[in-house]
Amino acid sequence: MKPDLFEAPDYYNLDDLFSEEHKLVRDAARQWVKRDISPIIESYAQKAEFPKQILGGLAEIGAFGPYIPETYGGAGLDQISYGLIMQEIERGDSGVRSTASVQSSLVMYPIYTYGSEEQRKKYLPKLATGELMGCFGLTEPNHGSNPSGMETKFKDAGDHYLLNGAKLWISNSPFADIAVVWAKNEDGRIQGLIVERGMDGFSTPETHNKWSLRASATGELIFDNVKVPKANLLPGKSGLGAPLGCLDSARYGIAWGAIGAAMDCYDTALRYAKERMQFGKPIAAFQLQQKKLAEMITEITKAQLLAFRLGQLKNEGKATTQQISMAKRNNVDMALKIAREARQVLGAMGITGDYSIMRHMMNLESVITYEGTHDIHLLITGADITGIPAFT
Amino acid sequence: MKILVCISNVPDTTSKINFTDGDTKFDANGVQFVINPNDEFGLTRAMWFKEKQGATVHVATVGETTVEPTMRKALAIGADEAIRVNSVPTDGYFVAQQLAEVVKNGGYDLVIAGRESIDYNGGMVPGILATLLGMNFVNTCTNLEVDGTNATAIREIDGGKEKIATTLPLVIAGQKGLVEESDLRIPNMRGIMMARKKALNVIEPIEATKATEDTKFEKPAPKGAVRLIDAENIDELIELLHNEAKVI
Ligand SMILES: Cc1cc2nc3c(=O)[nH]c(=O)nc-3n(C[C@H](O)[C@H](O)[C@H](O)COP(=O)(O)OP(=O)(O)OC[C@H]3O[C@@H](n4cnc5c(N)ncnc54)[C@H](O)[C@@H]3O)c2cc1C
Ligand SMILES: Cc1cc2nc3c(=O)[nH]c(=O)nc-3n(C[C@H](O)[C@H](O)[C@H](O)COP(=O)(O)OP(=O)(O)OC[C@H]3O[C@@H](n4cnc5c(N)ncnc54)[C@H](O)[C@@H]3O)c2cc1C
Repeated sequence: MKPDLFEAPDYYNLDDLFSEEHKLVRDAARQWVKRDISPIIESYAQKAEFPKQILGGLAEIGAFGPYIPETYGGAGLDQISYGLIMQEIERGDSGVRSTASVQSSLVMYPIYTYGSEEQRKKYLPKLATGELMGCFGLTEPNHGSNPSGMETKFKDAGDHYLLNGAKLWISNSPFADIAVVWAKNEDGRIQGLIVERGMDGFSTPETHNKWSLRASATGELIFDNVKVPKANLLPGKSGLGAPLGCLDSARYGIAWGAIGAAMDCYDTALRYAKERMQFGKPIAAFQLQQKKLAEMITEITKAQLLAFRLGQLKNEGKATTQQISMAKRNNVDMALKIAREARQVLGAMGITGDYSIMRHMMNLESVITYEGTHDIHLLITGADITGIPAFT
Repeated sequence: MKILVCISNVPDTTSKINFTDGDTKFDANGVQFVINPNDEFGLTRAMWFKEKQGATVHVATVGETTVEPTMRKALAIGADEAIRVNSVPTDGYFVAQQLAEVVKNGGYDLVIAGRESIDYNGGMVPGILATLLGMNFVNTCTNLEVDGTNATAIREIDGGKEKIATTLPLVIAGQKGLVEESDLRIPNMRGIMMARKKALNVIEPIEATKATEDTKFEKPAPKGAVRLIDAENIDELIELLHNEAKVI
């Protein structure tokens, strides 16, 4: 892997809109990614292994629950800081960002928002330091875009619940200490349960042979008559709205994260185009390459503005699910298109692991699918503007 | 032990340098500022004294509000308090007088400055500062140990090292070696959160004279294109070096 020479593009001087603290948080994450992620990430992606040694560092830069209040071990930062941390981490790798998103938005967020005071005190401080790692089980083999049809269920067995079913495509599952699992109760209502590694009947086999998010561990969650203590049920909210609330938070982070991947691809392609000589000139001197690069920076700038405004709305508690959908859909698609164009700018060099572009491109294929597919987010916008849901 | 680290705010080394107003003023537009690397080595060494020997660490800068992010970062790295002398620091003698006032009022035992700022490379401030304060001074310092009021320092000299015994109060002009690059710290979230509550005191400059004034800046001539000569054509290479480049 080539040395990380990344310089962040800021065409519309967005830095003027960020607070001193936003920039301090972002620059710390940026420096950390340069120091601890860039030199190792390619080899971990190549061998399809999650670099566990980075968990402490992720916790140190505040990637685990940045917006969770300080009393529970979080950093008490605002939503823009959260977004900027996700952006910087995904600049390094979408898989590493996935680990942070899951821990913050899909594990800490539901425990903080729907959990009891005991659950918050028991889990959140340890999740914030990375001493405990979590995963989030919603998707099932037969229910992806349609989670309301889930088959995983639990029933009251006196002093505990009995949980049965299976979840698939679960980020962090192979090493997670706890899982926030969504299952139906005896009345068919969806509720969240905290399942701990080591509980009888609970296993987490890893999913192999992925061409995407190779540096992130993905697996299954299998529940075979797992006895879950009653104290592990999240009491605060039930119904599909509970897991969807978590997804809002994670999707918001992804809308920022995707910008990071796009910035890295653009920056790499721009530098390469200025250095690579063909026909006696740098390839950046050719109009066709300038078109690619100019369109990239235009799209990145638009995505940055979208994310920034959404961050303001989120800070004010006004961002809607539909607004978040639009940003997730637009920004991930933007990043994937930039990755594809940037790869071509590098010619054959673009397919090697010496540069980050192809890894970003392959990663983004997952990012455009998880947390609501590209299609599903379009249907969300469509339903919102027409008032006519077209999901079924 | 009470330590003051003097921090100069300098353009990031990747910045594009331009001048305005008939080449008399540096154009800060779009330039990212960072802690002067020599000062960051010093600050990191000061953190070591704080953690291992219970020292109190303050940081001071002479600069306008635009330098505050740099100071906040120093606080996030672990400095206990920051002082900003609210002034445009255009001259080393002026800066040294301002810092001397800060040192006198703060009662510091050790002042850690950098060997030189990587922007204007004056290399003047620490020496003038020590003189104004009548403190001992070690220049180009690559290692510093303190035991009570005794200090042992190593400094770089041409082709070797010099080991010095001296006493506090002391000013050093430090550089890499005080700590290594791998020891430099990235502010962590705990540090950033704590920095919110730490004081960043702004004080007005004292009346002080300047000794110099910038009248013009000149950038080096842009690098010319590279001409490749085939390894077979040594004669052509020699001919060009002799007649065109006129270096042999
Ligand atoms: C690497 C990775 C990590 C993941 N991590 C997690 C995790 O941690 N936790 C978790 O719960 N899940 C996770 N997922 C699962 C992810 O959320 C699902 O894959 C996603 O929701 C899509 O479900 P599916 O794969 O079953 O696709 P399907 O729902 O089967 O969709 C297949 C195709 O059909 C389209 N489609 C579906 N319904 C409609 C419709 N109504 N109209 C038009 N088109 C439609 C989709 O857009 C898609 O193109 C992860 C996935 C990946 C790849
Ligand atoms: C128009 C203009 C604007 C400038 N604005 C700034 C600014 O906003 N902030 C800034 O830091 N510099 C600024 N400078 C740079 C300023 O000139 C130098 O800091 C000062 O003149 C000393 O330069 P030097 O190269 O002699 O420092 P050196 O003697 O090479 O510096 C050695 C060490 O002295 C200490 N030191 C130097 N300068 C300062 C300082 N200002 N505050 C605290 N410690 C210091 C540091 O420890 C440094 O490592 C500006 C210069 C000009 C011309």
